[in-house]
Formats: sequence, C-alpha cells, structure tokens
Amino acid sequence: MEFLSYLISGISLGSVYAIIALGYTMVYGIAKMLNFAHGDVIMVGGYISFCAMSYLDLPWPIAVLLAMLVCTVLGVVIEGLAYKPLRQATSLAVLITAIGVSYFLQNAALLIFGATPKVYTPIISGTLKLFGGQLSISYVSLVTIAACIVIMIALTLFTDKTKMGKAMRACSEDKGAAQLMGINVNGTISLTFAIGSALAAVAGVLLCSSYPTLMNTTGSMPGIKAFTAAVFGGIGSIPGAFLGGILLGIIESLAKAYISTQLANSIVFGVLIVILLVRPAGLLGKYVPEKV
Amino acid sequence: MLNKIKNLKSTTKVDFATYFGVIVAFIVITILMNQGMLKRAHVGMLVPICSYITMAVALNLVVGISGELSLGHAGFMSIGAFTGVIAAMSLTSAIPSEPIRLAVAMVVAAVCSGAAGAVIGIPVLRLRGDYLAIVTLAFGEIIKELMNCLIVGHDSEGLHIIFNYNGSKSVEDLHMLTDGAVIVKGAQGTVNVDTISTFAAGFVLVMVTLVIVLNLVRSRSGRAILACRDNRIAAESVGINVTSYKMMAFVTSAALAGAAGALYGLNFSSMQATKFDFNQSILVLVFVVLGGLGNIWGSIIAATVLYILPEALREVADLRMLVYAIVLIVVMLATNSPAVKNVLSKILPKRRKEMD
Amino acid sequence: MAKKFDKPKMVPVPSHSIIPERDASKSPILECSHLGIDFGGLRAVDDFNIAIGRTEIAGLIGPNGAGKTTVFNLLTKVYQPTRGTILLDGMDTAGKNSAQINRMGIARTFQNIRLFSDMSVEDNVKVGLHNANAYSMASGILRLPNYWIQEKAAHERALELLSIFDMQDMANMKAGSLPYGAQRRLEIVRALATNPKLLLLDEPAAGMNPSETAELMENIVRIRDMFQIAILLIEHDMSLVMSICEGICVLDFGQIIAKGTAEEIQANPAVIEAYLGKKKEA
Repeated sequence: MEFLSYLISGISLGSVYAIIALGYTMVYGIAKMLNFAHGDVIMVGGYISFCAMSYLDLPWPIAVLLAMLVCTVLGVVIEGLAYKPLRQATSLAVLITAIGVSYFLQNAALLIFGATPKVYTPIISGTLKLFGGQLSISYVSLVTIAACIVIMIALTLFTDKTKMGKAMRACSEDKGAAQLMGINVNGTISLTFAIGSALAAVAGVLLCSSYPTLMNTTGSMPGIKAFTAAVFGGIGSIPGAFLGGILLGIIESLAKAYISTQLANSIVFGVLIVILLVRPAGLLGKYVPEKV
Repeated sequence: MLNKIKNLKSTTKVDFATYFGVIVAFIVITILMNQGMLKRAHVGMLVPICSYITMAVALNLVVGISGELSLGHAGFMSIGAFTGVIAAMSLTSAIPSEPIRLAVAMVVAAVCSGAAGAVIGIPVLRLRGDYLAIVTLAFGEIIKELMNCLIVGHDSEGLHIIFNYNGSKSVEDLHMLTDGAVIVKGAQGTVNVDTISTFAAGFVLVMVTLVIVLNLVRSRSGRAILACRDNRIAAESVGINVTSYKMMAFVTSAALAGAAGALYGLNFSSMQATKFDFNQSILVLVFVVLGGLGNIWGSIIAATVLYILPEALREVADLRMLVYAIVLIVVMLATNSPAVKNVLSKILPKRRKEMD
Repeated sequence: MAKKFDKPKMVPVPSHSIIPERDASKSPILECSHLGIDFGGLRAVDDFNIAIGRTEIAGLIGPNGAGKTTVFNLLTKVYQPTRGTILLDGMDTAGKNSAQINRMGIARTFQNIRLFSDMSVEDNVKVGLHNANAYSMASGILRLPNYWIQEKAAHERALELLSIFDMQDMANMKAGSLPYGAQRRLEIVRALATNPKLLLLDEPAAGMNPSETAELMENIVRIRDMFQIAILLIEHDMSLVMSICEGICVLDFGQIIAKGTAEEIQANPAVIEAYLGKKKEA
C-alpha cells in the first residue's frame, strides 16, 4: 500500500515533468536548441496564477488561462527577440543566449516578487481515500495525471492530423525544404514556442499545487529534470517525452522513499546515463548515423 | 631580435603575447598591492579570479578545442576543491611550508579530478552533441550530491571518511581521537580551513595551465584533437584514434579544473558542495563562449571581466544580476546575429574614419 | 586531347580478378571475397569480389546509387561489413576500426570533401603525418628534444608532399579557404601523408574542367610511380577511367556486373545496359 502511494505520487510528479518535457522536446525538435529558459517560464506561470488567485481573487480556471496567456506571449516574445536573430548562429551561441534569458527571468522575478518564497494555494485541495483510508491520493495528483494525459493526446492529434502540426514536423525534419514547400518556417517556430510556453504555464500551476513553495528559482531544477526526461525518452519525440517524464517521476519518488533522499537526483541522473549508454538516442529516439 | 619575432608564426606570437600579458598583469597587481593601492575587497577577488581563469582555459580545451559541450565542469572543480582541502589539512604537520603544501594539494586535486575525468569520460565520450552535454550535466549534479554526503576528519591515526548517504550519520560517527579535526562536515562543507592560497600561487597555476594547454594545442596531439573536432570521420581515415584524443583533452581539462578547485577551496575557511552546481558550470561556460571558442587569451579576459562585473555592479545591488543577464544576451546577439552585425559594420568603419 | 597512357598486359589471379602482369609475381595488395552489407532489408553491396595488384590503378564505376562509395566505406570500416572478408596485403582486416585500417595501409579521400577546414593547409598534411612523426603528449607539452626533431621532420615532409601538386606556397592558408580543386588535391596529399599501400580516391575529378582533369590523370599516374602504391578510384568521368585505369570493375545495384580492361568494359553489353538502359525489343 505504501509502495502504491509512492508510485502514484511518482506518476503525478512524472506527469509534471512530462508536460514540461513536451515543451522542451517540441522546441528542440524544431529549433534544435536547448531552451534553458523553459524552466523559468514555468516559474512565471506559477507567479501569474498565484497573483491572479491570491491578489485578484479570480477562480482557478481563469487564473490558469491567464497564466497560459501571459506565458504564451512571453514565449513568443523571447523567441522573437533573443532566438530568432540567432537562427544561423552556432548552437552554443543560442544556448548561452537561452541561459541569459533564464538569468533575466529569474532576476526579474526576484526584483518583482522578492526573495521570500510565496505559499501557493493548490488549485484543488483534499484527498481521495481508498481501501478504508489505507491509501490516500490527493486530488491534485489526479488532476495532474489527467491533465498530462489530455495534453499528450491533444498534442499527438495536433501534430499528426492538423495542417499546422504537419508544418511543424516538416520544419523539424528540414527547414530549407519546408520553406521551399511554402511553409512559413518562422511562424511555425513561433507557434511551437507558444505551445511550449502555454504548457509550461500549466506545468507551473500543477507543480506549485503539489509543492506549494514558489520562488524565483522554482522552475530551474524541474526544468533541468524535464529536459533530462526529454532526452531519456528520445528528444524530439512526443511519446518519448511523455514516457521519459513519467519514468523519471517514478524513479525519483521511489529512490527518495526507499534509497536516499540526499541522492535521489543522483539516482535519476545515473539511470539517464545508463539508458543513454545502452540507447544513445534515448528510449524512443531514432539514431541517425552521419552520412559519408 | 626583432626580425626573429617577425619570423615567428602568428599563433606563436599570440601565445607569447598571452604569457607576456599575464606576467605583466601579475607584476602590476603585485606592485599595486604592496603599495596598498588595492581595497581589501579587491585583493580578496584575486585568488578566485586566478582559479576561474584556470577553469575557463581548462573548459575551453574541451568545448572550444575538442568541440564537446560540457555542462558539468564544476563537478571537477568540486572534486579538486574537496580533495585539495582534505590533502592540505591532513598534511598540515607533515609539510610545514605553506607553498609546498598548497602545491602538493593542487597536484593531489589534479590527479583525483583527472582520474574522475577518465572514469566519466569513458561513457560520456561515446555520445555525441547534445546527448554528451546532458550526460556531463548529469555527472556534475551527481558529483555535487555525492560531495554533499561526505564527512571527513583527520587525527593522528590518519583520515576518517564516512559517506552519509541517508542523513543518519554525523561527525561523532568518525570516532576520531581527541587530537582530531573535522575537515568536511557533510552539507555544511569544509570547515575551519587553513586559507593557504595566495595570489602568487594563483599566478603560477595560471601560467602552468597556459603552458600545458597552449603547448598541447600546438603539438601533434593538439592537431589530432582539432582534427577530431573539425571532421571526425576524416580524422579516423588518417589513422587517428578519435576517442583517445577526445579523452586526452577531457582528462587534461578535468585535472586542470581540479587544481583550480584546490586553489579555490583553500582560499576560503569554509565552502559548501552546493557552490559547485549547474550554475557554476554555466558561469564558466559563459566565460569560454564570450571569450571565443578555442581562444585562450579570450577566456582569460572574459573570466576576469565577467568575474569583476557583478562585483563592480554592487552599487546597483538588486539590479546587478539583471544587468548581467542583459549584457550577456546583448553581447551574444551582437556577436552572433547577422542582422546586428550588419548594423555594427555600418557604424564601425565610419568611426574608424573619424579616428583617422 | 589527353596524353596517352601505356597499359600493361593483365593476367588472371586465383581470386576472381585480373591484375597487371608486372604485379603478378607478388600477392595482390587487396583481396575482397564475398564482401557485403545490408542496411535494414536492403542489400547495399553483395558478393563483392576483387583483387588489386600492388602497383595497379584500378577503377570502380557504376551508375549513381550503385554502391561504389559504400564499397569504400566497407574497405575503410566506416561501415562494418555484414558478410565477407577483406585481406589487405594478406592480412585479415576483420574487427579493425577505421583508424587501424589506415595504419594497416589504406588511405582515402571523400566524395564530399572532408578537410579540417579551420586548420592550415600544412597542418592538414601534418595530421596525416600523425603516426609517421610520432612523439608523446609529454614531449609535446614540455617541448622535449623529440618534439623539435619530429616537428621539423613533419614540416619538411609536409612541404615535400605538398610540392607534388605545387601547393607548397599555400601551406599557411586556411584549408577551408582554398579553391575547390585545390581542396581535392589537398585531400589526396593528406591521404598520401599516412604512407598508404592502397589509396582510395572517391570521385577525384568531380567538379573539374577537362584541362584540370587531364592534369589530375597525369598526377595520379605520377603518384603511383613515385610511391609505388596501388590506387582504386571511383569516377564518373569515363575519359579518365578509360585512359588510366588498368583493371575496371563495374557495380550496379550493389553487385559486380563486369570486370576487365577498358576495352573489355566498353564492349560489355551488361555495362551498356546498366548505363543506358535496356534496348526495347521491337
């Protein structure tokens, strides 16, 4: 019973990672860049929803929508100002710029909201008791898992069935060819950032609901771990990000419970290393050898 | 004499200029320090600057010259810092002379970090590109957590080490004799460290690093490393064992980072393992990228300027990291964006004409 | 018109091929038997058998996509063969990697030029001399006497090799900034620097005009005569192949469809069909 509850909290945490990882993986797939600022967009999403609920007394669905809207705009603005001019630059230059953006968001949040952590009110409170109270699952966990599944299905449908989704896949395969076929590559990339950032806002709300301390660095570690999850599952692959996120969450939760709290992250990263050694392109990624 | 200098290769000239610049900077700063013209706060920055310069040059060997993105180099600095401090503290009575003890500590640190680099390099260097980057990041985080669990003490019987992986152990579990002293106290990090690092030692470390890295790059091995970076398949086709040269660069870099860590660790009476986190790795990476990939003197300047910049911005206290972030983004855009470059090139020639 | 090159008499060898009569007293430098590789379900190369004499200039031709470059990649172990054996100078190359193959004596150029483009021309050649002028990492860092001796030797040898193509004046230029033809020549020099017994040239005349091609032909023959090595080349320029190649092997859909001298190949109906398509039955 104890195991089951750790497992469920792992899946719930993994769902948050998966939602963040989906954003990471889409952006990586299309822009071939490690967007280190993605984790900080989560933090922004957390703050926006916090302000909406605590200061403006808005109901949580509106707060979530507001956070998504602000993050979407933020994502598109970041992409346009910082990343678009560097489309032809080396990936390292883009990486450093992304780190600059990450520092900027963190320190801007520090200036606006101060260094004291905010206590976040979960969007839903209460727990579901099963087996005569032996197993209790918080509603937040259930909502998180459900949200993750819905998002995953919606994204898969979007990229497979819609015209814009197809354009997105075309751009991630070959930008030049996509452009020649009349696809608006810049627009598609902006759209990807918009979707990724909206997902980050959702992740921010869910993350803060499960772990209710909100500060300016809240997003960085989950961001890094979600990126790990994306790599774990095979970066660029949507089911891979989902699978990687969930697995990562479960491993982390079980490692914390049964092995060592101190070394939980080490165990997560250790598993990542082993997976990459066995499958160099991640669980569901495709390995493309260099053409000679 | 002048003719001789003229006949040197341009790379050799740049190397000599780099050595010369570092020596001149050292002399000038030493004179200023002896004249009492530097504030205490500034003097305190000298040793960290030396150790960051070493870190930047070491990382440049991996990222710029070998062409592999490492996001976990702070891990090697951490290993070096802890092993260096442990070595120096436990050798206090064995080696009374501080400079020699510091040198020994740095060598021990370099060997330990280099060994860690070799162990990590075997799996890491099998991967390519972003996968390699993420695995180095992972190793950096693992090292941070492992170091956070260390409890180390030293008494007349020797070293006592316990690995406190589940948080249940404490200093008492070391079972030290009464003459013992705790060196590393788990998450609190190093305690009561004898701060034996000096600016002169830092200068020597930077010079040694420069000799190693520059001479390596201009040698047969360095050419092989560059060849592997430029075109892996072509390098293999001319009989170069790519993995072993990538390894050579990685291990050398790890060892130098370890020495830099020892210098850093022995400069502060206490230091936590969490200091050497992902952000620290990124900080050094920023030095390397802004200084120019493969450009050694660029790394030196960037490390110095960017270390001083946040300190200089202390007047605007709260805003300083924000300003730092903006400077970073603007510099990256200015140096890498074709559009911004165009604008700059329109402005710059005009300015040059005005100067004429 | 291009210079006329003398052709030797070709004699058969036990292993499925012909080699020039002058090389017949010694074993072939390269012998492949039943060599093949599959990519997924596709048999990219199958049952590839060839023998090359010690000083032979051999040609490997075939339509686009026939698998010619794949054969080079198999010989140099860029790909590990699925089937078959490769004997280099009588030694089995099974289990060796690309770098080891080079040290055993095969050097190559690439169809899409692969120079170390950020390095100087001289350094590109010196990388080729990596194993010839060896000294340890420590000698390099500490600048021990061995460093100076070997570096001087490498410098002189590099200029000497560059002078084959009159490129010694370009020694300090960046390899990536050379004109296209010079880049192709530099790749050959770099391959020669590794002191090979067999040189593989992948479309050496690609992108060259007729006069450059004529010059290249003379140079290929000259290199063979100077270094006394075997050369196997892939080429689409038939005038080059027919004038300098002694033994020619034609590949189509991964299989050898013909082997022989230039005259024999030119008259072979299977070759004509592969290049021009089957004549429609009236």
